[in-house]
Amino acid sequence: MTRKKRRLILIAVCGSVLALAVGLILSAMSGSIVFFRSPSEIEAQAIPAGTRLRLGGLVQDGSLKRGPGQTVDFAVTDHGATIAVQYTGLLPDLFREGQGVVAEGILEPGNRFRADTVLAKHDESYMPREVADALKKQGRWQEGGAKGPVPAASASADGTLGPRSER
Amino acid sequence: MIVETGHFALALALALSLVQMVMPVWAARSGDPALRQTTSQAALGAFACVLFAFAALTWAHATSDFSVQNVVENSHTQKPLIYKLSGVWGNHEGSMLLWVLILTLFGACVAGAKNSVPPRLRANTLGVQGLITFVFVLFIITTSNPFTRVVPAPIEGRDLNPLLQDPGLAIHPPLLYLGYVGFSITFAFAAAALIEGRIDAVWARAVRPWTLSAWCFLTLGIAMGSYWAYYELGWGGWWFWDPVENASLMPWIAGTALLHSTVVMEKRDALKVWTVLLAILTFSLSLVGTFIVRSGVLTSVHSFATDPTRGVFILGILVLFIGGSLALFAWRAPLLRQGGLFAPISREGSLVLNNLFLVAACATVFVGTLYPLLLEMLTGDKITVGPPFFNSTFVPLAIPLLLIVPFGQSLAWKRGDLLAASQRLFFALGVALAAGFATLAMTAGGPVMAPIGIGLGAYLLIGSAMEIVARARGYGARRTRSPAIIARRAFGLPRSAWGTSLAHAGVGVVVIGIAAQGWASEGLASLKPGQSLTVGPYVATLDRVAPRQGPNYEEAGAFLTVRNRAGDEVGQVETGRRFYPSRQMTVTESGLLTLGASQVYASLGEAGKDGSIGLRLYYKPLVLLIWLGAVVMALGGALSLTDRRMRVGAPAKAKGRALPASAVAAE
Repeated sequence: MTRKKRRLILIAVCGSVLALAVGLILSAMSGSIVFFRSPSEIEAQAIPAGTRLRLGGLVQDGSLKRGPGQTVDFAVTDHGATIAVQYTGLLPDLFREGQGVVAEGILEPGNRFRADTVLAKHDESYMPREVADALKKQGRWQEGGAKGPVPAASASADGTLGPRSER
Repeated sequence: MIVETGHFALALALALSLVQMVMPVWAARSGDPALRQTTSQAALGAFACVLFAFAALTWAHATSDFSVQNVVENSHTQKPLIYKLSGVWGNHEGSMLLWVLILTLFGACVAGAKNSVPPRLRANTLGVQGLITFVFVLFIITTSNPFTRVVPAPIEGRDLNPLLQDPGLAIHPPLLYLGYVGFSITFAFAAAALIEGRIDAVWARAVRPWTLSAWCFLTLGIAMGSYWAYYELGWGGWWFWDPVENASLMPWIAGTALLHSTVVMEKRDALKVWTVLLAILTFSLSLVGTFIVRSGVLTSVHSFATDPTRGVFILGILVLFIGGSLALFAWRAPLLRQGGLFAPISREGSLVLNNLFLVAACATVFVGTLYPLLLEMLTGDKITVGPPFFNSTFVPLAIPLLLIVPFGQSLAWKRGDLLAASQRLFFALGVALAAGFATLAMTAGGPVMAPIGIGLGAYLLIGSAMEIVARARGYGARRTRSPAIIARRAFGLPRSAWGTSLAHAGVGVVVIGIAAQGWASEGLASLKPGQSLTVGPYVATLDRVAPRQGPNYEEAGAFLTVRNRAGDEVGQVETGRRFYPSRQMTVTESGLLTLGASQVYASLGEAGKDGSIGLRLYYKPLVLLIWLGAVVMALGGALSLTDRRMRVGAPAKAKGRALPASAVAAE
């Protein structure tokens, strides 16, 4: 085998593995990315039913109803719009009315939301970042308020667990 | 007073690391070997100082000295002692101090490794290590000082985040850091080689034990973190493709590639430039990981605004080391003498393929982790890249990689015989297919990927065992059928051969554990005492719900009896919800019942008004194999470390004679 041929084989193999990786990334990017939306954005934009979303906002006071079994209904609001959410499962330890929450699931016709995951950070002062930003956009957020985002120091205090402790 | 002394020791470490950095340069200019000796002494001194600072902080935590800000924020008098101690690194400042402690520990180890590392390489490596130490100690002193005092001192502390009050915190971060930071040595070796403009098999041999030990620790650290998240977070997942996890996975993948390319370099004097680049990339990914976790960029892109100094400082460190080392690479790498090209079908050819797949897999994780951050910074769009992305990019790249593992092992150096290797693996392949089809038949209608995974795992396990058998049996004229001779030869094989096989078998065990999760099942119900819930092959009955009082929490515990379908009791599980008054936080404490390698996992929800409780149960078949497999991998690495070759210094004369031969083969 000549030196040239060996080099060609090496380049061909490198190229094909690289192409495979790029192809996989691009195909996965188009199919498996979930966007974050606030209730107002869902109201305003006509998002087709069946879309997978992350919905974030505050759990509306007095909206929490426990159904039969482990089904719960609650409403997520950003004080501009409100979306009804249904979820079956155990709610996270820090899920409370009036607190920030992020729900991931499918948007159903009539802007109802069926969540399969509900996240609330395991920290009393924490507001999910997306929720804080969405509320800021609505002008309903005071920097450094009682429910302000935790300063970087204590946010990274549980950095060893990171955001998965949201669950 | 001890606290102030600790602070002073840290400042002293800063000065010593500066000495450590400057001395090799001075020594090279003046040609005085005594100056080079000073580098080692400075490295040992820096380690001693950081160790003292760390001990001082630990003392403040152990004695609940609430005049120290760090202790106030993370401790409480009623917290058990083990969490007071592990709480030292359960916060930003303390964990950075642990990071630097391990950094200087590795530096001290290199300074002490007089026999295995040539003096000039050692001095230059320590110089680069000194620069890293200097920058990180400067970061701690200027932005994250753990010794800041509070006046007046409060009476009680704010307690540690209850999620971190777990033995996992005592073990996981030190292991992870030993791995993460251990790669800094490999990086320093690579930079030293570039500065010298010379790299050879001696370099590869000197660097290999450090890479291998860092890799072992990182493997254990990641596995420990995964198991901790599994039992602590209460929803039964063992890997979440979460950015923080990916931050530790990326250096691991790159480190695995580095481990394999160093072998090629040591044996065949090839892949030099590539190995140096990988060494740089591996530590760069460790730094990116530190940046992701420590800068607060994950909690919010905007936390730069809340504490801009820290994030910007780490970003500066990142640019300095990654940019600096890549620039050094671009400048000096052409000086390194290239090794020859080699035949595609050979051990080294398969190791190149291994490197390609590993780097491609690492790249997919990198894109999936950083793309959302980049997109948000550029467009403001918030997206989540979750498990589906990684399952459809990482997994298709991992499967061919796993398929070539036994092939690569059974190919000879220089020129392999693919047909002979395939024939030898025929048995492993047959057993794997049989195992796959048997599981498919037994679990008809179940997930398809699971039997494929079982087959793949079996193939890896048997392929690794076959390799040992084949080598013990011998080739050509030495070939024997006598079991006694085979056994004797097997014991006579170098430990690195056993280590390799063991580590690869560990991968097989992990794959089987992951595949078996396809058959995991879960159940969810509101139960009153006396009622039961069925999950997988087991039935769990709620016996009673009872309150309990812990040292710094109140707990509502649920006690369950688990029976099999025939009605025989197999064990008891208890799960609880703990309320920590100091932080006003409730944490679910999941209950685990281990049955062989499988587990029944119970997690308690909220109590209903009618006296019922919400309960989630999981049946996790063979789940323990995931972590045990990782332990086997690390053991394999550790076994390789004890190989004679690792302890003996520069290669023997025979190595020199082998070089011209390989050059001929490359033509």
